[in-house]
Amino acid sequence: MLDATGIPTKEDLERVFPTEERLMQGPTVIVECYQNIPCNPCYTVCRTGAIKEFADINDLPTVDHSLCNGCSLCVSNCPGLAISILDMTYSEDEALLKIPYELIPLPKPNQIVKGLDREGVEVTDVKVIKVIDSKALDKTPIIAIAVKKQYAKIIRSIRLEE
Amino acid sequence: MRIFKHPILNFERKRLVTFTFNNKTIEGYEGETIAAALHAAGIKTLSHSSEKHRPRGLFCAIGNCSSCLMEVNGEANVRICVEEVKEGLIIRTQTGKGDLV
Amino acid sequence: MIPVEILVIGGGPAGLCAAVQAAEMGSKVLIVDRNNTLGGQLVKQTHMFFGSEKQYASTRGFDIANILLDKIDKMKNVEIMRKATVLAIYEDGVVSLEHKDKYIKIKPKAIVVATGASEKNLAFPNNDLPGIYGAGAVQTLMNEYGVKPGNRVLMIGAGNIGLIVSYQLIQAGVRVEAIVEAAPTIGGYLVHASKVRRMGVPILTGYSIKEAYGTDSLESAAIWKLDENWRGIPGTEKKLNVDVICISVGLSPLSELLWQAGCQMKYIHELGGFVPVRDTNLHSSVKGLFVAGDVAGVEEASSAMVEGYIAGMSAAAYLGYKLYNMKLVKEDLMNQLDSLRHGPVGEKIRRGISNLTIEHEAAASVDAL
Repeated sequence: MLDATGIPTKEDLERVFPTEERLMQGPTVIVECYQNIPCNPCYTVCRTGAIKEFADINDLPTVDHSLCNGCSLCVSNCPGLAISILDMTYSEDEALLKIPYELIPLPKPNQIVKGLDREGVEVTDVKVIKVIDSKALDKTPIIAIAVKKQYAKIIRSIRLEE
Repeated sequence: MRIFKHPILNFERKRLVTFTFNNKTIEGYEGETIAAALHAAGIKTLSHSSEKHRPRGLFCAIGNCSSCLMEVNGEANVRICVEEVKEGLIIRTQTGKGDLV
Repeated sequence: MIPVEILVIGGGPAGLCAAVQAAEMGSKVLIVDRNNTLGGQLVKQTHMFFGSEKQYASTRGFDIANILLDKIDKMKNVEIMRKATVLAIYEDGVVSLEHKDKYIKIKPKAIVVATGASEKNLAFPNNDLPGIYGAGAVQTLMNEYGVKPGNRVLMIGAGNIGLIVSYQLIQAGVRVEAIVEAAPTIGGYLVHASKVRRMGVPILTGYSIKEAYGTDSLESAAIWKLDENWRGIPGTEKKLNVDVICISVGLSPLSELLWQAGCQMKYIHELGGFVPVRDTNLHSSVKGLFVAGDVAGVEEASSAMVEGYIAGMSAAAYLGYKLYNMKLVKEDLMNQLDSLRHGPVGEKIRRGISNLTIEHEAAASVDAL
């Protein structure tokens, strides 16, 4: 269970991932926020209206995936680093996953790094496509990685080789 | 033990000063506490409990708990977790409860 | 004797906000803090804050401290006394403090006590070995002075502080071997837990420390599983090769000054220990003495800031200062506090505060306007 381990269950994940149909239409946000805590920056920063206004700040975020264009503004604004962007249309057999990454050193484009699942277990090698570390991101860089499609929903973190 | 590169923070260290700890020369940066400088030098045992003489280290680091009392320039019971390093300080491990006068 | 209008004791999130609000209403404020740098524990918080824009959500803690300090810098009616330790509050309202080796007496017309909290310890064999720290101490070493506490850490407690400090240790390049939590579930925000878990740090709920080992300093530790009565189960021990143990099992309010001042205190488990009874304006049972932040009940920094604004407003209003839209501002602050607390994670805080609130005649000073 998530509240005993910190690891979301399959059911938890199913609740926050959009439909396969939506995933096949291009990049969209995955908001892994499962607990009612007082927090709403994902809504205040969203420019497309995909993340709905909170009736109560303790509500879980409501996401309209049809409005999300995968702009990633919310990724580095989420205090819980709970948001990623998944693009299943990246290539024939790879998806592009954008995740927040607050460690140093930062990986470099084209670098092969370990892809970790939500338990921190190394699953497969992934390739870094882009590293966005602009001032606007305020020290929460976004790493875009190319992931084999069968691992797209499994990988959520990376580890650089020592 | 010092952190030079950090993903979020930028440590702007001031002037390097030297002081002695039990006659050993230690370096520290102005503005940091004696405790921080000793830790950076790998020194963790700061005091000893008064009855059983068990080694004691830093616990709160903000001046609450008195686990770090040392003798600084002859003055006993100084909370070195909130006392800043200065050039030439003479710091010693304290035995017993320390002399107040 | 130095005459002062409003004395704010403690320049952390609550105290700074109290000073800002009281000064905005025109009163003269003196902030005293025992440290050389103001901001309290905010300056060590490298993570982004939760809450809403009004509590600077998405901004990192140390940046919030700078925002508040910049604000105060521009205010002509706020004075700051650094490295000043308040020693006592006397019955006649005189406050004494130590500043640069001098004994100073102050006679404020109103006081806001925002002294914060201290870390609780945990009893286990050899818990006094060097290398065993309060989690906050590790934050201070690492994030304020840029010094690592060691190389391999066992974190005790999966509340927000335990989870956040674990993450910060990893950011500083220190390995966290495990986080143990005696309760069956994680106490802190689950997003924090997931964040460290996916970096490979095991969070072991229903586990606690059995014993620490070492001669001059910590060399290893044994953890074990707890039964339903919170007792260790023999045979479930695991030995961990660690040189640091961080204890983050909660905070207790630093309320000595409130006891001295004669505030009516009540033991409220949910708020971390003995806390002052007060009305909704954060006026304690002692007239002219207001409270805000962790000293009034251990909670998040976001609510400490809002409480600070409320206490600052109440103290200024108590002295007759007004704002043209005071009712509106106050209502907004009360709503902020309410929304921060009214979700499931605020349940404990709500329960605690409901056992604590008093009606105060002086409440009229704000409400009558």
